[in-house]
Amino acid sequence: MGTLLEIKNLSTHFDTEYGVIKAVDRVDLAIDEGDTLGVVGESGCGKTVLALSIMRLIPSPPGKIASGSVLFNGVDLLKLDIEEMRRIRGRDISMVFQEPMTSLNPVLHIGDQITEIVRLHMGLGRKEAINRAMEILSLVGMPSPEKVVSNYPHQLSGGMRQRVMIAMAICCGPRLMLADEPTTALDVTIQAQILELIGRLKKDTGASVMLITHDLGVIAEAAEHVAVIYTGQVVEYASVESLFSSPLHPYTVGLMESIPKMDATRAREEYLKVIPGIVPSLHNLPQGCTFQDRCRHTMQICREEEPQLKEHLPGHKVHCWLY
Amino acid sequence: MKTVLVDIQEIKKYYDIRAGIFARERAPVKAVDGVSLRIYRGETLGLVGESGCGKSTLARLIMRLDVPTEGRIFFEAEDIFKLSGKDLKAYRKKVQIIFQDPYASLNPRRTAGSTIGEPLLINDMNDRKGRAVEVARIMDIVGLTIEQKDRYPHEFSGGQRQRIGIARAIILKPQLIVADEPVSALDVSIQAQILNLLRDLQKEFNLTYMFISHDLSVVRHVSDRIAVMHFGKIVELADNQELYEHPLHPYTIELLSAVPAPDPGKKTGRLMQEGEITDGSNGLGRCPFYPRCPAKVEICDTGEPRLKDRGGGHFVACHGEGKGAPPINYNHKSFR
Repeated sequence: MGTLLEIKNLSTHFDTEYGVIKAVDRVDLAIDEGDTLGVVGESGCGKTVLALSIMRLIPSPPGKIASGSVLFNGVDLLKLDIEEMRRIRGRDISMVFQEPMTSLNPVLHIGDQITEIVRLHMGLGRKEAINRAMEILSLVGMPSPEKVVSNYPHQLSGGMRQRVMIAMAICCGPRLMLADEPTTALDVTIQAQILELIGRLKKDTGASVMLITHDLGVIAEAAEHVAVIYTGQVVEYASVESLFSSPLHPYTVGLMESIPKMDATRAREEYLKVIPGIVPSLHNLPQGCTFQDRCRHTMQICREEEPQLKEHLPGHKVHCWLY
Repeated sequence: MKTVLVDIQEIKKYYDIRAGIFARERAPVKAVDGVSLRIYRGETLGLVGESGCGKSTLARLIMRLDVPTEGRIFFEAEDIFKLSGKDLKAYRKKVQIIFQDPYASLNPRRTAGSTIGEPLLINDMNDRKGRAVEVARIMDIVGLTIEQKDRYPHEFSGGQRQRIGIARAIILKPQLIVADEPVSALDVSIQAQILNLLRDLQKEFNLTYMFISHDLSVVRHVSDRIAVMHFGKIVELADNQELYEHPLHPYTIELLSAVPAPDPGKKTGRLMQEGEITDGSNGLGRCPFYPRCPAKVEICDTGEPRLKDRGGGHFVACHGEGKGAPPINYNHKSFR
């Protein structure tokens, strides 16, 4: 299978009153066709900005893509003009946002929000578009789609709204779906349904998925490859099996240790292991490795020079001086 | 010897809703519908359930922030809804709450020190100097530095803000702390710090916690006993290990199976149900879980099950034969 998306040396910067913030900092990543890449990291680490950069939805000013390329099927998205990019958005690459409450238009019928996309991208007429909308809604497991098309978002529950978001994302048969925390606002049982739905659609259509989340459990169950992001940089990249069986970066190790475990042997440990301190502010990053102040292995070199992302195990890259 | 600190007896809270100005009387929302529960001194009682199940309403009732439609709550054998004046004020000192959202629950115009010290002021405790000393002591205990007392909430990170909320909750040396989703808004690495802090405080001050969360792995980590809530009712109540290893109620089983495990090699027996979790009782006098239940039998449609002890303090509200559910189809699938 070929590579569908290749991100090379991508940097997205924001101008603020405190100076330039590097929200995404020299990121290299690739997604194969039919693959799910999990992107994991804590709030403010740049996960969402990464997705918005791929879609070229960074508000500018204050933001700008400072360097790099985003090759989609060999075409550099960053070089396309606005019209060409608009044709790709929603058709070839689509996005599912975290908040199904706020990302649907509250004053439009569900049906209108879906038909708008298919009429624009697929050139369908009004009648065909409505039929397509109902077909897609039933594909995402919506009971009685013929009723839902004339509902407003507030008439649906959170899980149902997220299904609508997914329906909108898949209605033109995209090659790549960027799902930004698609289940974070949902209850666990509904989360399981939505993840199952994304997995099934991926299998049926052969599309690739970039799944952004802070939840390692979701990553473990739904992704094939994983990129761990810290202060805008990829600090570890591996297959999901390799990441969970031999996490390398001290940050990844710390994250895994700090989640409470459900299984019997680990569940009643009195104290959780913690990563000390907090994520450093992006205006004020230290020289060298940005994880140095929270790391239990910090060496002299970590404070002086920044490590490079390099392959330590087959297909398993890490951004750390320990390796 | 376990002593009962809080005894909740058949508490009910109904909210009337009307669908518009011309609408007639409609069925009330039964946010809490006949909950009986005891909290023992020194324990952590976990309360889990999905959004809208009534967890927070129950917390508000215990805090006496709301009055029940029916039922009573006893704190140290005193009916809290009969308290007034001085007695009520004394009760409020003994029971404190930690809220979910450290961004919304702090007054943005107050410094950390003034937020933390306010309970002392309200209760006329200590003089100005004594309060400052106490605030400094508490800030140290929760892992804040005294230099931070003059800062405003926006100058703190989420984890630090939650420490402020915790400091304010413990400054009056309460006996019971109701923690309503205290770590849900925090990143995992910060979440662990706060959970450890809560554990330390419990030991140091012999606190009793009611820990409300929708996160089953967090609840597993912190609780001694766990109550599972579903549509305003407790459907299962058991010791931590018993509940996670031998869940009996089909809803508990479904909930547990839905949690993604941070281990890609592990095959989770996921019980996938179609559709939403909706209240299937509709006043029909049947089990509220009836429409979704994979283990339903005839009687579930006609009679609502009551919470019964199945031995060893494991309570379940289910007509099933105590083995929880008849064989459930565990389909071993991941989302990949």
